[in-house]
Amino acid sequence: MALSNARVSMRDAAKKGEIIEIKTLIRHPMETGYRVDHMGKPIPRDIVKRFSATYAGEPVFEMDLTQGVAANPFIAFSIVATDTAEMVFTWENEAGETAVVRRTLTVTE
Amino acid sequence: MKTLTRRTLILGAGASAATALLIGRAAATTQARDAAVAELTGGAAIKDGRVRLTIPAVAENGLSVYTTIAVDSPMTEADHVRAIHIISEKNPIARLFTARFSPRSRVAKLSTNLRLASSQQVTALAEMSDGSFWRDRKDVIVTIAACIDGG
Repeated sequence: MALSNARVSMRDAAKKGEIIEIKTLIRHPMETGYRVDHMGKPIPRDIVKRFSATYAGEPVFEMDLTQGVAANPFIAFSIVATDTAEMVFTWENEAGETAVVRRTLTVTE
Repeated sequence: MKTLTRRTLILGAGASAATALLIGRAAATTQARDAAVAELTGGAAIKDGRVRLTIPAVAENGLSVYTTIAVDSPMTEADHVRAIHIISEKNPIARLFTARFSPRSRVAKLSTNLRLASSQQVTALAEMSDGSFWRDRKDVIVTIAACIDGG
């Protein structure tokens, strides 16, 4: 199953130099690999292992996750608005499947 | 910020006792935490300060503990935060996550939700561009532990 249900909450426009907070969330169980099902069989680990964000093509934030991050990983971080440019948010699981969200930030003087 | 009441204290004590029984397997220890920290720093000295770890003193539910980490840094090419690591003392794995920043980030701050296996001390370690390491540590009482024993 490919990754889906990724959401990004951020302002669409900001003044140059303003700090804006970006909140992201992806629906995912972050299965630890420590649990067993009702038949006593171990449930295999299934986690989002990597999240990254680029702004105008340059990396601004990256995170390596483990099963120590809660299910439905919520990640909030901040950037400074410098240019009108596209932000690309990417989540990747251990199988290499990805979810991508693109947003454009409009920066005014 | 939640205040400590007699009720939460009793709940906390009960939950810690229960978790102590539950986490027989593969639980990280203080030694594992120190080893994870040493692996990240490569033996470099760690100073306290510059990092602010904000985490509840009493977490109702270990499955999701809201945590914020911020680092004082000008975030310039010459002086910026390279990475923030969160290290657990009692979880099955010591390093919970690593977040990486660039000067382009301009602000070294993030929030996320942690899973905590039991009451423990959580360490935030910031790695600076000059190779120095800064640390903040907070004790967290976990009332309901993240279930890790297969229950």
